[in-house]
Amino acid sequence: MSGALVFAWSGVLLFGLGLFGFIAHRHLLRRLLAFNIMGSGSFLVLVGLAQHGRGVDPVPHAMVITGIVVAVASTALALVVFRRWYRASGRTDLPEDT
Amino acid sequence: MSLRLVSAALLCLAVTVALAWAVLDRPLPEENLPDRVSSAMPQSGVDHPVTAVLLNFRSYDTLLEIAVLLLAVVVALALREAQPDRPEQMGLENPLLRAVMAWLLPLILVVAGFLLWAGSYQPGGAFQAGSVLAAAGVLLRLAGVTTAWLDNAALMRAGLALGLLTFLGVGLLVMLPGVPFLTYPLEYAGTLILVIELTLTLSIGLTLISLFRLTPPYADDPDEAREKEAETP
Repeated sequence: MSGALVFAWSGVLLFGLGLFGFIAHRHLLRRLLAFNIMGSGSFLVLVGLAQHGRGVDPVPHAMVITGIVVAVASTALALVVFRRWYRASGRTDLPEDT
Repeated sequence: MSLRLVSAALLCLAVTVALAWAVLDRPLPEENLPDRVSSAMPQSGVDHPVTAVLLNFRSYDTLLEIAVLLLAVVVALALREAQPDRPEQMGLENPLLRAVMAWLLPLILVVAGFLLWAGSYQPGGAFQAGSVLAAAGVLLRLAGVTTAWLDNAALMRAGLALGLLTFLGVGLLVMLPGVPFLTYPLEYAGTLILVIELTLTLSIGLTLISLFRLTPPYADDPDEAREKEAETP
């Protein structure tokens, strides 16, 4: 078992945990956190698998850097939208979930 | 433990096992990307492969990413509400934080500048430097330091758009001699990438700061907010 596989499997595990949190919780903040854990898992898979037999592949690394910044910005945007939703409706979940 | 949770857990377990198996049993890609990147490195204008991929070989991706960041902050700006946005109300009541900030701020700026400069030959670059700048902005906000230039809407918007506009401008400018969009000429590649990275750092930092500033510590509870609105005419 190589180091690359350890990273990739950790990423897969994080993705599975995040997916479970995303399905199990209805509170939007928890869902956002779970979604971010899923995202981190997929970043870890990309970075881990970039170290295959031919040396370190810079292309997935560049993709992950871009992805992290976009993930931060979209999380912040989701928080802005969520707070607006809470102020407007007083709910912490979406009506179709219940 | 409801049926819903059990089925969700089973589903996620199945997905995880399938993904783990897929990761184990993957074919090598036909294209040897590390080789292609390292053979193209002399034409990139920088010495670090990740920066070369980000800002030269795949700069189209980065351009669109900056556009996505700008879009996020524009939407957040559109959704913002009237806020009690005065800095003296925003900070934590913490004199220690202010004192530490006086020491930390120059260091943070130096680190951001170093990361930006280091990006051309070792890990670093616009994204890391921009995030460090944003951290400085968030700390300033938490310390309750007045940042009048951040409240200047026109200046702020210009700063937010600067990165994307410079990127687009450089991409279009290099088309003048008749090469495709975003194909830098070899002799100017290093300089052009540095200029783009400099403006990107500023714009990414400002984007993250304004996303933070758009969600102030505010009465979130609808009833409480209504009371507040009733108090303030």
